[in-house]
Amino acid sequence: MQVAEDIKPSYPLFRDDQYKDMLKAKAEQFEAKVPQDKIEETFQWTTTVEYKELNFKREALTVNPAKACQPLGAVLCALGFHKTLPYVHGSQGCVAYFRTYFNRHFKEPISCVSDSMTEDAAVFGGQKNMYDGLPNAKALYKPDMIAVSTTCMAEVIGDDLNAFIGNTRKEGHIEKDFPLPYAHTPSFVGSHVTGWDNMFEGIIRYFTLNHMEGKAVGSNGKINIVPGFETYLGNFRVIKRMLTEMGVPFSMLSDPTEVLDTPADGTFRMYAGGTTMDEVKDAPNAKTTFLLQPMQLEKTKKFVEGTWNHDVAKLNIPMGLEWTDEWLMKVSEVTGQPIPESLAKERGRLVDMMTDSHTWLHGKKFALYGDPDFVMGMTKFLMELGAEPLHILCNNGSKKWAKAMQKVLDASPYGVNSKVYPGYDLWHMRSLVFTDKPDFLIGNSYGKFIQRDTLHKGKEFEVPLIRLGFPIFDRHHLHRMTTMGYEGAMYMLTTLVNSVLERLDEETRGMGTTDYNYDLVR
Amino acid sequence: MALRQCAIYGKGGIGKSTTTQNLVAALAEAGKKVMIVGCDPKADSTRLILHAKAQNTIMHLAAEAGSVEDLELEDVLKVGYGDIKCVESGGPEPGVGCAGRGVITAINFLEEEGAYEEDLDFVFYDVLGDVVCGGFAMPIRENKAQEIYIVVSGEMMAMYAANNIAKGIVKYANSGSVRLAGLICNSRNTAREDELIMELAAKLGSHMIHFIPRDNEVQRAEIRRMTVIEYNPKAKQADEYRSLANKIINNKNLVIPTPITMDELEEIMMSFGILEEEDESIVGKTAAELAAEAAAA
Repeated sequence: MQVAEDIKPSYPLFRDDQYKDMLKAKAEQFEAKVPQDKIEETFQWTTTVEYKELNFKREALTVNPAKACQPLGAVLCALGFHKTLPYVHGSQGCVAYFRTYFNRHFKEPISCVSDSMTEDAAVFGGQKNMYDGLPNAKALYKPDMIAVSTTCMAEVIGDDLNAFIGNTRKEGHIEKDFPLPYAHTPSFVGSHVTGWDNMFEGIIRYFTLNHMEGKAVGSNGKINIVPGFETYLGNFRVIKRMLTEMGVPFSMLSDPTEVLDTPADGTFRMYAGGTTMDEVKDAPNAKTTFLLQPMQLEKTKKFVEGTWNHDVAKLNIPMGLEWTDEWLMKVSEVTGQPIPESLAKERGRLVDMMTDSHTWLHGKKFALYGDPDFVMGMTKFLMELGAEPLHILCNNGSKKWAKAMQKVLDASPYGVNSKVYPGYDLWHMRSLVFTDKPDFLIGNSYGKFIQRDTLHKGKEFEVPLIRLGFPIFDRHHLHRMTTMGYEGAMYMLTTLVNSVLERLDEETRGMGTTDYNYDLVR
Repeated sequence: MALRQCAIYGKGGIGKSTTTQNLVAALAEAGKKVMIVGCDPKADSTRLILHAKAQNTIMHLAAEAGSVEDLELEDVLKVGYGDIKCVESGGPEPGVGCAGRGVITAINFLEEEGAYEEDLDFVFYDVLGDVVCGGFAMPIRENKAQEIYIVVSGEMMAMYAANNIAKGIVKYANSGSVRLAGLICNSRNTAREDELIMELAAKLGSHMIHFIPRDNEVQRAEIRRMTVIEYNPKAKQADEYRSLANKIINNKNLVIPTPITMDELEEIMMSFGILEEEDESIVGKTAAELAAEAAAA
């Protein structure tokens, strides 16, 4: 029983006999539980090759998706702009989901509103919700800009944001010149990364499409950085640091590092930092635009090339050694600024670390999943470390992505045994790691259930999860880390090699049985 | 010339698809490059051009392939008479799903795949029945069709629908550049039909762009799955469609419509003898009551 002086959480509380008996009685009396041996038999069957083949024949069902929906991305994009309120045209529950999703990952409050479409709005259309919602949101939360996206409900009934926003202005509910960029973000198309791309394109379209007169490529001497759906705050910081060290002036277009990392000093900051409207308006004047996650910024690329006339360099996500090299060299080429000694030194340190850890990582097999560009960068870096990416899964990866991945794999001997799975889910991943066991699984928090299942089959089948990706709900502060640049590679390398060593310690800790290899020095 | 995008609306069964296809055939004959986008789950907007029963639709193919992202433009875009490009959005069986969303998905797909970037003079959207939901208004959203033609006849419900469609257009016209471009009268041989539609058009602030007389040649062509233009180019009816095509090519009469109230609409119909004056004194009276009243009088 719970005692006031010694409050226990469910674990270990439920290990008390009283709770054990209660849970057992509940199962027997009310749960119509299938006999344990039958559960066990079925469990074992789900770990077989036979089951895997059936699993991969699945057509109309996704189990444990490794992706979220478009408006989630649109909200993150909007949070990166100065005094901007993300406004989701649609149902309230959707927005509650976006907020909790980010709360759990960033451990921060997330400011975001919906216009609460209910049954009548589904019948009559949501225009009236915008008539009320936009001026209310503006009056209550005093943003300088409201970025509008949509949920499935508004999309199914075909609400037209352009017309609705136009009418809201025309009817005098909101000022004619109040910035209201928008994007249609149907949740049933694409994923959160598509939503980010759509919202970003909506914002730059709003501020620049009809204001291109007098704009000249290169006239402000800067470069633009477009991060895409990025949740490692360290990535924004490392890109900024590297560019500053190079002496390259830049605009980070969508920068949520302040608002998603506010200090606890007694002041609540609904808005903090972020890209200013002036920076967006000035963005076409930059020398060019760098898309940090090019696989997921197709719409943005089209606009930047077509309207801003920027020559967007074909680069990969700046993860790992070679792709960071390429990225920096391209920045140097475009801006004429040499790569400074400080970065050369940082690179040298990374190479040193890679050689130091090489013996432990060489030949280690990894299964990994996540967003398209992240997975690609991770794969590339693993191969640079001499590790083998075995199963590479991307639920929101396209066929085009899969082709690009294959090219990356074909260029390295460490990719010979790799297989790419675009559009597959985590239940597929579970089958993959049961039937062709990697040493580790790299992914977000949801992978922990795969680890539990593999352990249940037996210690020798366990595939430990290494948390790299989004979302990470069950470990703290990892969102502040870095995966891009040399610094990011150092963090990933540290995480990977220490996971290997941790695991080795775990396996060699048996006193008098395996501790001949339980070494002090690794 | 710049691409002109036109949407054809009108009451169900009024002859939108037949009129559109004959009109488009006439435009093609005049050397224009045209695309038809059928926005109706029935998918009968292109059969006279393709000589087909029903074209494979975008939504049908998307459902087969798993998702619309797995489709290529050449899977859905067919070329028929006069090099007319044909696409059908398609949609669900009656009673399930959401046809409006099908239209949105299909048009987004065409845009993303660059269907509009090809060398085209005209795109025609043939849209189902009334503007019943946001999805069926997709063709008149900003940067899509800017000219709306309403097919109408001298029948009460057709005119009622035309007025309703005008109401729908106003919603989008106020914030964008979509305009009512005219009424096309597809004759049902009712009395003084042309004058009636001209009157309605004037009330809506627009004009009757053409009066298409009734002619069985259309049906003869249709059972052969052809337009009159192709089946019998010498027929008088073919000239009617050519004349309509020509008027559309030169049409500059684009307006924000001024839809009328139900009372005004009834007034017009009464003045043309389509609707009789209502006798308010008999409303709600049963046969027995009326008989009693008659006996008392």
